[in-house]
Amino acid sequence: MAWVEVRAFGRRSAIGPLDHSAPPRCRRSDPMTPNSHNNDAPVQPDEPGSVGLVTPRRVELFTPEDPLHLECGAVLAPVHVQYETYGELSAARDNAILVCHALSGDAHVAGRHRPDDPKPGWWDSMIGPGKAFDTRRYFVVCSNFLGGCKGTTGPTSIDPATGKPYATRFPMVTIHDMVVVQQRLIEALGIRRLLAVVGGSMGGMQVLEWAVSFPDALAAAIPIATTHRMSAQGIAFDEVGRQAIFADPNWRGGDYADGPPPDRGLALARMIAHITYLSEKSMHRKFGRDLRHRDRYAYNFEEEFQVESYLHYQGSRFTQRFDANTYLYITKAMDYFDLSADYPSLRVSLRRAAAKFLLIAFSSDWLFPPADVREVANALRANGRDVTYVNIESDYGHDAFLLEVDELTKLISGFLRNLLREVRAELPLPDDVPP
Amino acid sequence: MTPENNPEVSAALLRTDYRLVLDLVESGARVLDLGCGNGNLLWLLKQRKQVTGYGVEISGDRIIECVEKGLSVFQGDIDEGLRDFEDQSFDYVVLNQTLPVIRRPDYVIEEMLRVGRRGIVSFANFAHWSIRLRLLFSGRMPVDDAIPFEWYETPNIHHLTIRDFHFFCRRFKIAILDSWFFCRLERGRPRRRRCCPNWTAAFALYVVTRAQ
Repeated sequence: MAWVEVRAFGRRSAIGPLDHSAPPRCRRSDPMTPNSHNNDAPVQPDEPGSVGLVTPRRVELFTPEDPLHLECGAVLAPVHVQYETYGELSAARDNAILVCHALSGDAHVAGRHRPDDPKPGWWDSMIGPGKAFDTRRYFVVCSNFLGGCKGTTGPTSIDPATGKPYATRFPMVTIHDMVVVQQRLIEALGIRRLLAVVGGSMGGMQVLEWAVSFPDALAAAIPIATTHRMSAQGIAFDEVGRQAIFADPNWRGGDYADGPPPDRGLALARMIAHITYLSEKSMHRKFGRDLRHRDRYAYNFEEEFQVESYLHYQGSRFTQRFDANTYLYITKAMDYFDLSADYPSLRVSLRRAAAKFLLIAFSSDWLFPPADVREVANALRANGRDVTYVNIESDYGHDAFLLEVDELTKLISGFLRNLLREVRAELPLPDDVPP
Repeated sequence: MTPENNPEVSAALLRTDYRLVLDLVESGARVLDLGCGNGNLLWLLKQRKQVTGYGVEISGDRIIECVEKGLSVFQGDIDEGLRDFEDQSFDYVVLNQTLPVIRRPDYVIEEMLRVGRRGIVSFANFAHWSIRLRLLFSGRMPVDDAIPFEWYETPNIHHLTIRDFHFFCRRFKIAILDSWFFCRLERGRPRRRRCCPNWTAAFALYVVTRAQ
């Protein structure tokens, strides 16, 4: 049934031609850029606050002799991982922070690859000298997750058995599998214990998984705008996105490597998902009912409203940087995520977690609402863990984790400063003051 | 700036109410501080008494201050109750100088005693002689060190007196285990017994529990 509806939606030309090269006009200057998952601000690499030019690196972490055993039972080899690092690892190797990226992110989290790159990394506003993750103090690592399409082994990689891309023959990966690969990378970098693991959205799921799977390998966890298990609503949106891809005739069972890719399906999936990243309020403020070209209705099915044009632009731009099969796998990994699945309660499932937690939610996030984050915080507190829960007032919806830079910076920089001090030394007591 | 050389924290040690709480709470106790503000009391409790401490605070800016001190804080409105907290999961629940600010003191104190074995409640006494005299002679709402706000800007929406608190405890079946009275918030000399405390004490601090 869902498939039929998506087809019908597609036939009404809801997706439109994929030639939206120009970004839609914004209603007024608003920190939400046309693609709010990226920062469009022109930042020169030598500008203060930027990590400057960075070079991505790629490493083979699992080989046919030492393959990766996945949660689904399959075995995968080789596994290559693309990663970037910023700042310097201290001599004691105690200042490393791992950033886990979200669904559409990649290892390029800060700085630029070339001086003429139009955009810096996806969280450049948070990582760099003097920023929340101050690269003068901390050594920041980010890797493309397992199953990704940005340098780490995934559905677009060549299957050594066939010499062709894995496509849908790629085994199903989970958040746990991604974290196992990240842990191998951290080990390979010579880091025994991370100062912190941080991530928003699906990155936050990885952070929670880290805290449970490798409790001794991190001092602190900072999950942002996330959940300990994908909600029915979240799975529903993911499924509609996947059906949009399946419904694209170009998808051809996933074997589209030698033909046109299913861009229409992927764009539609992105458009649907993008709605869940915003809030009713932020959409209204940014677009209202504004029309794109005219001041009166055209009475046809062309994209007329600014908000339509915005979504089309988001969809088409996404197809230029993301792979449809990868989208299928990663959304499925999110849907499978349930930290408490094999336990009587969330509290019991978190019993192994020993890290200090800073959990951050955003008031208008309806994809991963504050109540989800608070539930995790409550369970951790019931276990007697060090845990802080903050619900940042914001109208940006789920995307706030990329946009509320000021609030996040204040919270995270203070948290990390104290954390590094705690990790490095016991606090001396102040002298008592006589009454 | 580190907490240990933060002048604000050193100044916090001058606070009469903080010192009282520090003396009352046993080492290693589980403490919940409602309306923990910038976290100075909680920080002192963690440092001096090695408590397992959590704070609840509504203001995002205050929470940032707590996070800088490495404290565990939950952002929330205590007027909405403590439904995230399990029954009797704390040894002490502290409501320090927060009582007049909340909308439903009766509900919050009930919740406090559900969540904690004991409650520590402190407040400014509106029946202190200086306040009585000011109201009597000037006919205006008193503004002084204990209540430093004009009527139109005060966050205090429930002023109360020591006698009011005793009536409240009787009505809601709350037992008073310990009480302390003092006149100054900083460098005050708290006393357990005081002649006519409702006249002579500017501040009171009580340790309460659910009456059997």
